[in-house]
Amino acid sequence: MTSPVITVANGVVGYDGRPVLRDVSLTVTAGEAVAVLGANGSGKSTLIRAALGLVPLSSGSITLFDRPLRRFRQWYRIGYVPQRLGAGSGVPATVREVVASGRLARRGVLRPAGAADRAAVNAALEAVGLADRARDPVATLSGGQQQRTLIARALAGEPELLVLDEPTAGVDAVSQEAFAGALHDFVDGGGTVLLVAHELGPLRPLISRAVVVHQGGICHDGAVPEPAGHHAEPDHDHVHPHGPDEPAGLWSS
Amino acid sequence: MELFQYPYMQRALIGALVIGLAAPALGIYLVQRRLALIGDGVGHVALTGVGAGLLLNRSPVLVAVIVATLGAITIELVRARGRTSGDLALALLFYGGIAGGVTLVGLSDSTSANLNAYLFGSLTTIKPADLATIAVLGAAIGVTMLALRPALFAVCHDEEYARVSGLPVRTLNLLLAVATAVTVTIAMRAVGVLLISALMVVPVATAQQVTRGFRSTMAAAMALGLFAAGSGVWVAANADTAPGASVVLMAIASFGVVAVLGAVWRALRRRRAPAAAPTPEPHEVVLH
Repeated sequence: MTSPVITVANGVVGYDGRPVLRDVSLTVTAGEAVAVLGANGSGKSTLIRAALGLVPLSSGSITLFDRPLRRFRQWYRIGYVPQRLGAGSGVPATVREVVASGRLARRGVLRPAGAADRAAVNAALEAVGLADRARDPVATLSGGQQQRTLIARALAGEPELLVLDEPTAGVDAVSQEAFAGALHDFVDGGGTVLLVAHELGPLRPLISRAVVVHQGGICHDGAVPEPAGHHAEPDHDHVHPHGPDEPAGLWSS
Repeated sequence: MELFQYPYMQRALIGALVIGLAAPALGIYLVQRRLALIGDGVGHVALTGVGAGLLLNRSPVLVAVIVATLGAITIELVRARGRTSGDLALALLFYGGIAGGVTLVGLSDSTSANLNAYLFGSLTTIKPADLATIAVLGAAIGVTMLALRPALFAVCHDEEYARVSGLPVRTLNLLLAVATAVTVTIAMRAVGVLLISALMVVPVATAQQVTRGFRSTMAAAMALGLFAAGSGVWVAANADTAPGASVVLMAIASFGVVAVLGAVWRALRRRRAPAAAPTPEPHEVVLH
């Protein structure tokens, strides 16, 4: 259970010459639930997108399941949950159709869907509490339900690792709970989780390790940091804007 | 009806029906990707192929297939790179394509009537060999688009997710580009390069007003394409209008009819079951 699932070694990413990640190293081992925390613009989303090969590294290396990213082919072992549904959805699609596309990684492009595929799609819909909306167009769902559709799509492929980009941002409380429940079952079943979050909310009990990204570097790797000051008050509404001028020592414990 | 006893009218009808089925089957992916007008652009490029074919005394359709395929692949490569200047690159390709086509057709000995046949279609001049090409390529497009629906849907719906699923995203994108070029070229004989996009896009737009899912939209769009092609040729035969334009007008008329019927149906349903009053947002502050 201690084999590394994702390894980023000395990763550097720059957009148009502006560095976004500077010399970042991160290892996630099987069975862990790792949260990447940080302010807006800190580079936390870029870190996981780079780990999946969606953003090219300008230097450094990525290893997925003991294979270099270039030669990694077993994509069915990874379930990716993007921040929101892609913009290219001009034609209506049902919740089931979107979730079913999560099976492609496992069954390939040419093989038609079989009974096992349908069962996996049903199970994924059940896990996020959307079985009754399976035939509805995705566009008619609330933001939280769309987010749950995306996690169901990732679960349908029966992955070993879930990578989630801001899964709880702007999601209603009911959906957050359903989401946390589905993730809990996944971790209990031995799954590995890597997620990016601005705030953990109901996902907090799930997280075994936190990595804090600040200005393109990792400034904390260990226990989940406790919120400080008025952030710790139970009814604190976390809405103030995070600027890059936050004191660097805030997260370093 | 007796007009359809003539072989040339039968060929026109069969050719139109094949294209009516194949064009929306491809077009739905282009609409989903919000590239609804790409067929128009590839059509412009195909015209250069027609001009080159006429000038070189080769089959204009064959040369157009090659030139349009090269054009579609170029457009796809520009799109995949995601540069902001892609927009301008496409404009250069489109207008370069049509200007090149008009110039090359002018340089060849063919008449302006010949140019018109490619710009606006010339169903009634389809020869048996042309019909065989249209039928074979049209069937190939239709079967490919149906067989690869889950993968093509995934790529057009969420390209990044498709990449993380390990799908051959670049291959599928190039396949769509080539399929667009082939569809444009075979549809050129039916509706002409200036009206091709309509057959790819309008049936999809009509269908998605009332459908809920991707598969049902695809099925309905293909049925609507078939209807527009059949009824358009029938109208053209009886009213002696241009077949290509009649097919497109039937497709647009279907859109209008479905839009009106859909609005009426929604209004009736709303009256029968009045929506519950929206629950107001809880107050965020207490005012004294």
